[in-house]
Amino acid sequence: MGSIGSESNPLRVAIVGSGPSGFYATEALIKSDQKVEIDLIERLPAPFGLVRNGVAPDHPKLKQAIEVYKKIAQSPEFNFVGNVTVGEDIKAQELQETYHAVIYTCGAETDRKLGIPGEELNGSYTATEFVGWYNGHPDYRDRTFDLSHENAVVIGQGNVAADVARILAKSVDELKHTDIAQHALDVLAESKVRKIYVVGRRGPAQAKFASKELKEFLEIENCRPYIDPVELDLNTTSQREIDSKEGRGNKKNLEIFQKFAESEDTGKQRTCISTFLKSPIRLEGDRRLQKVVFEVNELSGEPFKQSAKGTGKTMEIECGILFRSIGYNGVPIPGVPFYERWGTIPNETGRITVEHGGNVLPGLYTAGWIKRGPSGIIGTNRACAVESVSAVLEDIDQFGSDKPGREGLYAVLDRNGVQYINYAQWEKVDAAEVAAGEPKGKPREKFTYCDEMLAAANS
Amino acid sequence: MTTVVTENCKGCRFTDCVAVCPVACFHFDDEMVYIDPDVCIDCSACIPECPVEAIFEEDDLPEGQEQWVEINAEKAPDLPLIEEPMDPLPEAEGRKADLGF
Repeated sequence: MGSIGSESNPLRVAIVGSGPSGFYATEALIKSDQKVEIDLIERLPAPFGLVRNGVAPDHPKLKQAIEVYKKIAQSPEFNFVGNVTVGEDIKAQELQETYHAVIYTCGAETDRKLGIPGEELNGSYTATEFVGWYNGHPDYRDRTFDLSHENAVVIGQGNVAADVARILAKSVDELKHTDIAQHALDVLAESKVRKIYVVGRRGPAQAKFASKELKEFLEIENCRPYIDPVELDLNTTSQREIDSKEGRGNKKNLEIFQKFAESEDTGKQRTCISTFLKSPIRLEGDRRLQKVVFEVNELSGEPFKQSAKGTGKTMEIECGILFRSIGYNGVPIPGVPFYERWGTIPNETGRITVEHGGNVLPGLYTAGWIKRGPSGIIGTNRACAVESVSAVLEDIDQFGSDKPGREGLYAVLDRNGVQYINYAQWEKVDAAEVAAGEPKGKPREKFTYCDEMLAAANS
Repeated sequence: MTTVVTENCKGCRFTDCVAVCPVACFHFDDEMVYIDPDVCIDCSACIPECPVEAIFEEDDLPEGQEQWVEINAEKAPDLPLIEEPMDPLPEAEGRKADLGF
């Protein structure tokens, strides 16, 4: 047998998770000097991770990243293995025994908790559930969201919080020609929500929104973005932040918030209210959520390191529904190390370690959000995946030579009776979705149950 | 709307932007890089990466830089693609300092 990476003994790599990081890791391996054989394993019968299931339906341009992944998928070195859950359908240990290297790129799938009383009340949800639901993710297909109350609250200051607020704010006419799931569109059409509060722990100068996302609120047909001008009074440190070079993005955000403050009431059906320096301390309600109690905060600390501290003062917002979007955690895979505190797989520049700060485990790698936490945007994961793949390539001489790769994977899956699909089968699902969207003027109507996807894949 | 590389890149060509581009829309010549607007998905990942703040969203362009929208659109498609960062131009650090960064 030739050395690993040669024609007769290609570098056999399994990548777990087919979102952006999985595809960028694939791309980096294909571009390397080694002969490679890649199996991209995905839990769902559909690839593309958060670009399919996370990016908002009214952001079609961002979804065009998929075109790049489709091109990568055409490489002869690439193989898609969909509908396979690592840890259930095949053990992490078995995977490691089957491949020279395994790269975990499975993202951060759960929302962080607020950790306050009442969080489990009916009406209190995670942004992930809502985003998954309107994007047709099978895990969230059967969730129900009661939009019968006039007030909704979104906790968080990042782009996902903005997505949730915007989807609640937009009219059905603005959404019906996107790839939003039909079941979500039907519920949103009946929405009684009139006021959407987007609440931040810190001030407007610390908000994490991309200014482009914020700007979109000025364009929504039936929703007025609003902010009480008083909320834009900054403390000296925040003023220093936005006047500095590093504060360029925050300054842009502040200019947009200023426009919100100056927006006129033209009788639009909905209002999206940004409010700051408030931390939820308790959710109240009789079985159903009725109000959120906030503690009013003040900021202290050095520029860009200011933290929010409670003042003891409280205020309340009545609402029927609340979404939290205060960060994400990865979900542990049985048999793969996990660092609870960060919600990530412990690693050193992509090499998985036994524990946080511990020894490197040979042959195991990670990239993307599950490697470094949920920060950055789609492209950030490309640089991240390239780093991890460099580690794989540096370690190539240390891998055990005799690995069956794909054949071995299929043997285990067949033995376990797993119904996996390949890329050509996914392309059938894809085509069926596009065809189903056409009569409605939508780019696609997604299948929202795995059974439906598998039926289309096997048609 | 599109994202454009402007004047400051000329003579620097740091290419930090290229590492985070999710769609390979950067092209280059001897002086600088350009964005192909037909490929760019406006994700803005590249903007904060530039050490000399040469990249802007179209509607955020500083006054006097508007011509770069057309220059990027015209030049990019005919120039070679750049998908991995390369070494900056030899005079890059000096120019960066001159630009006040």
